[in-house]
Amino acid sequence: MDIFVCLKMVPDTSETEVRVDSTGKDILKVRLLYTTNEADNYALETALLLKEQFGGTVTVISVGTQSVDEILKMALAKGADKAIRLTDDLFLNGDAWTVAYALYQAISKNKFDLVLTGCIATDDGNSQIGPMLAALLQIPSAAYVTKVEIINNTKAKVNRELEGGLLEIKEISLPALFTIQTGINTPRYPSIIGIKRASSKPFEVLNATQLNIDPNKLAALTEIRQLYQPKVEAKAQFITGSDDEISTKLAELIKEKVGL
Amino acid sequence: MIALLIETRNINEASTSQGRVKDISFEMLTLAHQISQQHNYPVIALVLSNNCQPIVDEIKQYCHEIICVEDNCLENFNTQIYQPILHQIISELKPTITMIGHSGFGTDLAPYLATTLGLPLITDVFDVELNSTLLVRRQMYGGKIIAEVISKMLPAMITVRAGSFEKITASPSVNLNLSAKVTKKPFTLDQTIFEKSKFLGYGEVPTTGIDITKADVIVAIGRGIKEQKNIPLIEQFANEIGGTLACTRPIIDAGWLPKDRQVGSSGKTVKPKLYIALGISGAFQHISGMKNSETIIAVNKDPEAPIFSVAHYGVVGDVLKIMPVLANKIKELKG
Ligand SMILES: Cc1cc2nc3c(=O)[nH]c(=O)nc-3n(C[C@H](O)[C@H](O)[C@H](O)COP(=O)(O)OP(=O)(O)OC[C@H]3O[C@@H](n4cnc5c(N)ncnc54)[C@H](O)[C@@H]3O)c2cc1C
Ligand SMILES: Nc1ncnc2c1ncn2[C@@H]1O[C@H](COP(=O)(O)O)[C@@H](O)[C@H]1O
Repeated sequence: MDIFVCLKMVPDTSETEVRVDSTGKDILKVRLLYTTNEADNYALETALLLKEQFGGTVTVISVGTQSVDEILKMALAKGADKAIRLTDDLFLNGDAWTVAYALYQAISKNKFDLVLTGCIATDDGNSQIGPMLAALLQIPSAAYVTKVEIINNTKAKVNRELEGGLLEIKEISLPALFTIQTGINTPRYPSIIGIKRASSKPFEVLNATQLNIDPNKLAALTEIRQLYQPKVEAKAQFITGSDDEISTKLAELIKEKVGL
Repeated sequence: MIALLIETRNINEASTSQGRVKDISFEMLTLAHQISQQHNYPVIALVLSNNCQPIVDEIKQYCHEIICVEDNCLENFNTQIYQPILHQIISELKPTITMIGHSGFGTDLAPYLATTLGLPLITDVFDVELNSTLLVRRQMYGGKIIAEVISKMLPAMITVRAGSFEKITASPSVNLNLSAKVTKKPFTLDQTIFEKSKFLGYGEVPTTGIDITKADVIVAIGRGIKEQKNIPLIEQFANEIGGTLACTRPIIDAGWLPKDRQVGSSGKTVKPKLYIALGISGAFQHISGMKNSETIIAVNKDPEAPIFSVAHYGVVGDVLKIMPVLANKIKELKG
């Protein structure tokens, strides 16, 4: 089973303030820590588990600047066999379509049984690239997958997550693309040996010319006009003071609302 | 023209009181009419089903035209079957905007469909302005930033966030009696599609017997709780105040609590008298499951956490420092 896994590097903004930069079209990147997109870790783990079960190869691929080498190397250390970085100004100044098209051009030049992506990137929240890439590759896809079971090397039985705890169960023939939802497995940490081996694994860097891509094809279809911070409809009434004062007020509030 | 895909409940899910048409479709109808009134565009609903009539009956008052595709293979949603059919219809009609719900179905279908049609797609939008260009608003960075995004060309496709618009059935300002023209569309399908993709059924996540939707008091934890070993402290506190422990999705993903404790769009929707959110950022998918709670108290160390826009009372601080103190105060109060 030969598997491609698409990895995106994203800033971790869950606990930090996010500010818009002077262009008004991007956020201030200084002091942000970058990591592998949350769902992509689960996609990679899904691929590594399938490789352990059925053999084959896992190739990780990312569109970005040189900085994404960090997450690609981490994936190699966890057990991926090969990494590809797609770097070109043409790729970086586009939108979801641009990235999907670049991934399509790179992946379609290879033999594969399965392509995995995350179900959503935590920065843009688009949920687009996976099924877009599948359409370009002309293979079936399933989004928000929470279980993958391979049958006879030719089909996959997958669970897709719907609303409110409901699942859609379907069978899809391979090659196929699945976008993986968080929680499907427990992503591993790299081992010391894995980290040592990573540096000797194949690592390709490709641009649009090397991929023979017509630059016109990469033109973005959408564009961010402006970013802004939501007006804080600070509905909350803030309780302040020392931890002790806060706790006293909270305890009284709880008592008032629900009794004790 | 504005086209929208009507999303329906599967037949087992639909109760007589609810009907087949999902809320998101009625919400998109409101949006479609907002745009339609400004531009004098007709609103066209697309219905794919094994039995269109009951669905048509629910929406015909709100559409200028309904295009029905009826076949046994359309009994259950399936992207691999819906996509080629919708591709045929949309490439013929060329609606200025095609709307699909940003739902479990829509997120599976829309990017694939937009790509085969060559249409720009903007997902998960909560606000739409159509002038000479299409401008939409959507959240980024877990709700900490709003983006205004334009489509560089028209026609275009959007997926619409649930709960962003009032249902057209509930809107007193819309008094429509359009009695849509209903057109049945034939279609052709490459038969190999049925070998490539088969719908097997719906399933449900197993439960452990706890029903958080029945709780009067919920103490919910998020990633801010940091480590599994901090959960007993919170659970004890929850017990002291007669509350039930619930959580955000990452806590489930980490395996720290069973799935039936999850609040949010892919978990449970709750409406307790009191909801205490501890170390929860307030992502849309979480908020949509708890925002109607009577009283919401949130503790978060980030003053800009989106949870504070739905909470009634907020504490900016370290939950791990405050909770032991609070637990003692509660014990004191109880005497
Ligand atoms: C299709 C889909 C469905 C989803 N369904 C759901 C769902 O049903 N329910 C759900 O919850 N999520 C759901 N999610 C995930 C959702 O998008 C968020 O990722 C999730 O809700 C975030 O959980 P969190 O608030 O615990 O974590 P984070 O967003 O990481 O937030 C942690 C918060 O804790 C605060 N914090 C950290 N340390 C401390 C401390 N010591 N004291 C106080 N505060 C602290 C931080 O400031 C931060 O605000 C879904 C996502 C997708 C894509
Ligand atoms: N720049 C990128 N390089 C590689 N994969 C990406 C990139 N951007 C997005 N993806 C993949 O597409 C998924 C969904 O991203 P999005 O459509 O942006 O929400 C991610 O989880 C990744 O697996």
